[in-house]
Amino acid sequence: MSIIKLLDDFTSEKLTTKSTSRREMFNTLSSFGKKAAMAAVPFGLASNKMNAATMFQENSAVDALQLALTLEYLEAEFYIKALDSGVLSGYSRAETAYMQISKHESAHVDFLKAGLEGAGVTPVEKPTFDFTADGAFDPFNENGIGQETAYAQLLALAQAFEDTGVRAYKGQAGNLMNTPFLEPALQIHSVEARHASEIRRIRGLDGWITGSMRGDGMPEATQAVYNGEENVTQGGVDLTGLTYANDIVGDLNAAVTQAFDEPITAETAVAIASLFIVEDSSM
Amino acid sequence: MKKPLVKVDVVEASSKNSKMNSRRKFLKLGGLGLAGSGFLLYSCSEDDLFNPGGEVGGENPMPDPDPDSEVFDLGSGDVGILNYAYALEQLEAAFYTQVRAGAYYSGASDEEKQIFDDLYNHEVIHRDFFKAAITAAAGEENTLPDLEFDVSSIDFDDRTSVLETAKLLEDTGVGAYNGAGDRIASATYLTLAGKIVSVEARHASAIRSLINPESADFAGDDVIDENGLDLAYDPGTVLSDAGGFITTEFTANNLPEPMTGS
Repeated sequence: MSIIKLLDDFTSEKLTTKSTSRREMFNTLSSFGKKAAMAAVPFGLASNKMNAATMFQENSAVDALQLALTLEYLEAEFYIKALDSGVLSGYSRAETAYMQISKHESAHVDFLKAGLEGAGVTPVEKPTFDFTADGAFDPFNENGIGQETAYAQLLALAQAFEDTGVRAYKGQAGNLMNTPFLEPALQIHSVEARHASEIRRIRGLDGWITGSMRGDGMPEATQAVYNGEENVTQGGVDLTGLTYANDIVGDLNAAVTQAFDEPITAETAVAIASLFIVEDSSM
Repeated sequence: MKKPLVKVDVVEASSKNSKMNSRRKFLKLGGLGLAGSGFLLYSCSEDDLFNPGGEVGGENPMPDPDPDSEVFDLGSGDVGILNYAYALEQLEAAFYTQVRAGAYYSGASDEEKQIFDDLYNHEVIHRDFFKAAITAAAGEENTLPDLEFDVSSIDFDDRTSVLETAKLLEDTGVGAYNGAGDRIASATYLTLAGKIVSVEARHASAIRSLINPESADFAGDDVIDENGLDLAYDPGTVLSDAGGFITTEFTANNLPEPMTGS
């Protein structure tokens, strides 16, 4: 089963159900995750396509890269469309940031495709994206929401995509162990974190995540991006109970959650991305 | 690219003679007036080179076998990498502690004060977390001691000096964790490193944005390559960059090699 087929299962079931209200759809984010976890299907390609068997001892590495590529497709197209939309006109800090980020996301797409092909694996095809999430948003001001609101949505979506990217790559690191793709994946991971920090700061937030707070002005639909970030136990140590050699400034619990970003599973990443992916009727 | 503060020879040979050889090289470097770096030498043990992905995972945190040495060695396997990270976190925490005691901080804007408060918090938490985690995993005798630092080259009254040093440390931290990931045997520790490196990258971005607002420097072309990839440094590079601040001597003779040879 390809990742697109997996996404189709979600999109056909939920996103295209006209009777489902927008709010209901967003509230089903968590159940998307459960559905995906239950499916528990390896959505990588058949192992007999892998000539470089030593590079991919398990399908999990291919799955991880295909997931990464899908997220990069989403980000790359989002920033290109954002820059083309004119919504950023007059917002020079954001426009400068989007240009730099767009360059990176497009490079990530090319890099991952080349890496998969180099390993004898066919990269997943770019899905058809709908950044309005079926009409919930109008980030490119295509439906007349107005530049100011479109700009706010554009930044909110960028924050959600970047923070998702950070968590998704982190969640896949273990699947890339002992492959030549671990290090570049980590190098992409930290670039996403740099992006996230700047987008968050443009929005007036801290560059880092406190608790599971999505932050002011973020749509409720994006809460799945932040659930789990409130974790305070690392390596079996409850860091709110540790004695620190230097005093922590302000709230200890907040500081501990900021100091560590948390991974998400492939299923959660797919569930988040699927909000913006249109079902391909040819499949 | 900032000039390395201390030049350290990176020895790649794996023969039994390599340590002797590199120690001689170090002494030679010392003779060139580069003594004062806490970092003595860097090389790889034969075992680690020829046992990639094997029992390097924290089973055998070998201290420096050199019997006449009282210098702490970071160790081998995952414990070695954890101690390596712990050294960097100690440096970062010490730096931000000094920042908050300096005149730049006391006169800084609320925004900049809050950023430095947060970075201080995060690095102190990282540091003390590593101490607790390594001690629990490998025992106190295999946990890097508290290091001492010489930060006299930094002017804590000067905004530029503080911000540029913060940028160097955060970028170096990102590159260090990225370059170490492929040397970690345990998936748990790899994920743990991942949880920290993205926070370091968020820091680097914020500091860079303070230095050059409204620019692309938060993820600038000086650190992100044409494939959109961030820094990845070998331990030898990192320890030579950071070594100038570290006055406590330690060695990194047994750190694991990359699992995939990349």
